[in-house]
Amino acid sequence: MPAVSMTVNGRAVHREVEGRTMLVDFLREQLGLTGTHVGCDTTQCGACVVHVNGLAIKSCTMLALQCDSALVTTIEGLAPPGTPLHPMQAAFRQHHALQCGYCTSGMVMMALDIVRRLGEPDEATIREELKGNICRCTGYHNIVKAIAAGAAAMVASHA
Amino acid sequence: MGQSSHLSLHGPTAADHGGIGRPITRLEDERLLRGGGCYVSDLIASSKPLRVKVLRSPHAHARIRAIDVAAARRLPGVVELLTADDLKNIGELPCDWVAPGMDVVPLQPVLARDRVRYVGEPVAAVAAETAHAADDALAGITVAYERMPAVVDQEAAIKEGAPRLHDAVPSNIAFRFRRAGGNVARAFAQADVVIRRRFINNRVTAAPLEGRAVLSDFDARVGRLTHHTSSQLPHAHARSLGECLGLPLHKLRLVAPDIGGGFGAKLGFYAEDVVCAVLSMRTGRSCAWAEGRGESFLATTHGRDQIQYVELAARRDGRMIGLRARLVTDIGAYALGMGPGVPAINTGLSVTGLYRIANVETEVIGVYTNRTPTGPYRGAGHPEASFLIERLVDDLARELALDPAELRRRNFVPSSAMPYRLPTGLTLDSGDYAANMETALTLAGYAELRQRQTQLRKEGRYFGIGLATISESSGVGPSMAMGAVGFRRAGHESARVVVHADGRATVFCGTQSTGQGHATSLAQIAASVLGIALDDIEVVEGDTLAVPFGTGTFNSRSMAIGGSAVYEAARKVMEKAKKIAAYKLQRRPRDLIYKNGVFRITAHAGASTSIAHLGKKVGEKVIRAVFKWRSGLELPVTRRDTEVVTFADIARAAHLGQDLPLGMAPGLEASHFFDPTDMLFDYGTHVAVVEVDPETGHIALLRHVMVDDCGRIINPLLVEGQAHGGAAQGIGQALMEAMVHGDGGEPLVRSYSEYAMPHATDLPSFETGHMEIPTKLNPLGVRGVGEGATIGATPAVVNAVLDALAPLGVTEVPIPMTPMQVWRAVERARHGLATADMDRSHRDLSAVGKAMQPQK
Amino acid sequence: MRDFVYHRPASLEEARRLAAEDGALLLAGGQTLLRDMKRGRHAPASLIDVTGIVSKQIELRDGAIWIGAGATHAEVASSAVLQQHLHVLAALVGHIGDPAVRNRGTMGGALAANEPAGDYPAACLALGATVHTTGRNIAAADFFVDNGRTMLEPGEIITGATFPISGRAAYVKFLNPAARYAMVGVFAASAADGGPRIAVTGAGTHGAFRWQEAELALTAGFVAENLRGIGPLPERLVEDLFADAAYRGHLAEVLARRAVALASGPAPGVTVLTHGSREIDR
Repeated sequence: MPAVSMTVNGRAVHREVEGRTMLVDFLREQLGLTGTHVGCDTTQCGACVVHVNGLAIKSCTMLALQCDSALVTTIEGLAPPGTPLHPMQAAFRQHHALQCGYCTSGMVMMALDIVRRLGEPDEATIREELKGNICRCTGYHNIVKAIAAGAAAMVASHA
Repeated sequence: MGQSSHLSLHGPTAADHGGIGRPITRLEDERLLRGGGCYVSDLIASSKPLRVKVLRSPHAHARIRAIDVAAARRLPGVVELLTADDLKNIGELPCDWVAPGMDVVPLQPVLARDRVRYVGEPVAAVAAETAHAADDALAGITVAYERMPAVVDQEAAIKEGAPRLHDAVPSNIAFRFRRAGGNVARAFAQADVVIRRRFINNRVTAAPLEGRAVLSDFDARVGRLTHHTSSQLPHAHARSLGECLGLPLHKLRLVAPDIGGGFGAKLGFYAEDVVCAVLSMRTGRSCAWAEGRGESFLATTHGRDQIQYVELAARRDGRMIGLRARLVTDIGAYALGMGPGVPAINTGLSVTGLYRIANVETEVIGVYTNRTPTGPYRGAGHPEASFLIERLVDDLARELALDPAELRRRNFVPSSAMPYRLPTGLTLDSGDYAANMETALTLAGYAELRQRQTQLRKEGRYFGIGLATISESSGVGPSMAMGAVGFRRAGHESARVVVHADGRATVFCGTQSTGQGHATSLAQIAASVLGIALDDIEVVEGDTLAVPFGTGTFNSRSMAIGGSAVYEAARKVMEKAKKIAAYKLQRRPRDLIYKNGVFRITAHAGASTSIAHLGKKVGEKVIRAVFKWRSGLELPVTRRDTEVVTFADIARAAHLGQDLPLGMAPGLEASHFFDPTDMLFDYGTHVAVVEVDPETGHIALLRHVMVDDCGRIINPLLVEGQAHGGAAQGIGQALMEAMVHGDGGEPLVRSYSEYAMPHATDLPSFETGHMEIPTKLNPLGVRGVGEGATIGATPAVVNAVLDALAPLGVTEVPIPMTPMQVWRAVERARHGLATADMDRSHRDLSAVGKAMQPQK
Repeated sequence: MRDFVYHRPASLEEARRLAAEDGALLLAGGQTLLRDMKRGRHAPASLIDVTGIVSKQIELRDGAIWIGAGATHAEVASSAVLQQHLHVLAALVGHIGDPAVRNRGTMGGALAANEPAGDYPAACLALGATVHTTGRNIAAADFFVDNGRTMLEPGEIITGATFPISGRAAYVKFLNPAARYAMVGVFAASAADGGPRIAVTGAGTHGAFRWQEAELALTAGFVAENLRGIGPLPERLVEDLFADAAYRGHLAEVLARRAVALASGPAPGVTVLTHGSREIDR
């Protein structure tokens, strides 16, 4: 069986994987990082979004083997246990941007990618940028507010 | 029955920290945001269960001639296989809400025996070491089917000669439920205007982002089953599972951990739960199944699907005097879960909406078709009722050239008339519909919107404003009445409040959050009464081992019924706490005030207090003397000159039991079953503002305004969230969501690539307002909020689009109003063809397309 | 999904050799291929990952834009070179899929997939692009053969594409509310030296195509009105839950007019229509 090495949330990992293993299943089942979720089978819902080499990608549609030597960040890696929430996470909580929580990891990871690329986008842009993330609970209203607030906090802290 | 509070509202006051009414950010969010959610699939990923896959029927209707699993059994990694033959002692899936008058109840078997009746029906199941091995095993099972004609439309199903789904049910009619009040014939005879319509409230599906999942683990050593499942009703499902398996309930623990959305789809009790449990019993290993998204469109109940023939009789001044409704509703292939009762009762009794229509006749006809069974979906029968009456009201307004808001005003049941018994039998308890609508109209700037519409029409633009005023009978319900309408579950809800020795508390409740935030809201209710910090309260739901009784979360009942149970249980705890405090402070309970976790002697204690105080001191001296005389020991000296005692002190005292009032049992906990005396009514107004492009059929949702009255608000943040999310689902059905089947019964929707889910860019930011007229029917004054926005959003958006296109002569666009449907309606109107009832079927695309070819 | 052997060759030669074997498929971003493999549409024996061995360059060469096959949609959308010289293409690519998909999907992968509602094929046809492979240079008009099929031979790998620069070019698409790709997308371009080009995607069962009747009507002038009532599309049209043939054909004409109006107006660019939302213009 082939093997893959990558760094996940700052820790080097090395495992054997079948070629057909998607990154999301590798993370969830072999590394026990169940904060990333699977919500669909057509690469649409975004519940599986993580960062690979700094870019938001859909881990259900990327092979684990394609991540050899990559730096992977999952939701668990944003704020290690015992440390305060990342400003984007804090913004989600502040604005009641999660209900069942199933889409939330993907939303937060995508939100960080939005800020990375666009800084502090306006509401219409944020809504467009969430094209690949589906939420069934919140109607997006609070998610959009949270992302705007999180973006402002992130940009301010880097100013 | 166990209701210690009365109708007068002596309700709780908000504590300074974390009580009722505070917009507390949720206690559970930190964990969820860090990726610490624990959904059933997470438990599966972190344990090593056998993976279960289900073989499903590819045919809508067929006889099963043979199932051959021999080859599959030999495949590597396959541990066990099940067909119906292996389930001889296993019961069928229950129907928990039988429509009144339904004598034959065809239940769905766990695995199909000799016949399949819908594409997706479970036929066999396999447990294997890996998911891949299970998939290969499914491919290795051979089933010999003999196809039968299928019927996929409820009107076709009741026609003469239609294929019969169940031998005992002629014409595929599951039930006919009639309600009538007043004199409909006379009303129609006297009417100045009669509006007749045929509406289709189309089939949709809840599609929560977390599919269903099960992890079942039978420990043969002790004969105990631990069953994790994605369920909205842990206790009801435990009962159903125990009955199916023949397993005693004291040997069954059912756990619903974090659930990723339910919306009614996880109210059903499904085959996969039984299958996993049986496989675990047979293999001695834990067995897990997780629904794939494609699978979910076949295997999980669908919602709505009603063809509605309605007639409205009105006077020239706009007063609606009569309503007839004949609602042909698709039950799907089997009577499953709450499927039949939802349309019969919830739609059948609610057709008059908020209006004083004295003469009503409804008939709900439930029909079996070869499609996935239907079940409750957010609103559960109420959206169908609100849709028909709100559409009729707008059509009447157009007919009479009256403003739609004014027409509603003339017909609302006034608050002075409440409680108001509807002709269908429900009683509207209280509410001010007119004030609610006025608030919404003001928030929307209705007058300005109409002016803007006039201006834009001159510019050739199609700008529309749509209203919907709706209510929902919520808060199931009085247990006694539940039986009368065929509901085979309880209506009460229970809670237990346990105070630990350090003064912190655990609240156990029979409700089940699937995202509604009960860990926070129920804690707020308890905190309001117990006067302790939110962080000192933990809410436990969803584990039948910890919470022995419960009914569950549906029909917007959790705060109203569950919250009331928590409130009353907490009050019982406080009654005892107060007695202990009084004992400690040597006063009477009424001489004490309690604030922020501390009992103090009230400054107003007068002479009588001193006498009582003296009396207690004397009494205590006597007890000490007797004790010493009998045992030779001195009781520990307790200071009695303190002015305050904390809740934590009391809790400790209760646990130790060393120094409690004579005759008082130790411990500080209480349970309460809250059984409501009647249904509640939450209500609200929606104003939708749209612009339509007739050339492409594109609809832009410009604004969506909602004002609800959910009674007392426990947490404004959570109420807002329910309004937003509910509205999104209502808008989804209005614009894009549809479960569609081909003529042969094959689902044409298998993924999010065919089932259109609202995305962020499709929706506006919502504008909300709230009224809080508390209901008198529970001690909290809560009416319920989970479903109202879904119920109101659909007709508001439809009315807005029809308002926008009225100048073009369009009077109907079927839902979902996809761009194509909008364009077709515009084209029909342009060619002078009627648009009402223009689309008899959503299935025959090409036929409708041909009919639509514009004449050149 | 069936298991397969995964190769990460270090050179284009090694990749060609492996890709020529039976049952081998090329893998780039995987947003189309892996998605289709999960749904059982492909079951290759091996996947040859070309990441890192095909060019990602985006540059101006002899008055045209060269885009390396390995450039992701995100990279193309944010390319300064494209923003300056052919911003309509950057905008079009910036609306493929969603942001996460764009971080992985590549131009080479999109061209090779030739999906029936692909945005890139419409751009290639309307701009008169040339596809460069390890073996030859192929005009876009010849490259796209049918739905999901191109002229690529087994073992032949796309290395890049060249896009002539057109000042008057625009793309208008109306998204399918479920799948969120083009229900119909029309790319209108008028090159300074060439004639009008109208490429339609999402409509034909064989994939993107040039609408010759529309182009003929526009020879009288690159104005939207010249397209009014030009008659039905020549192709057999895709029918699905959201658009039957009649609506699709109608939409094609409407979007063609809008694309021409946008291309010939003061701010050529991309308009995306999403049901529910106000128009998004770039």
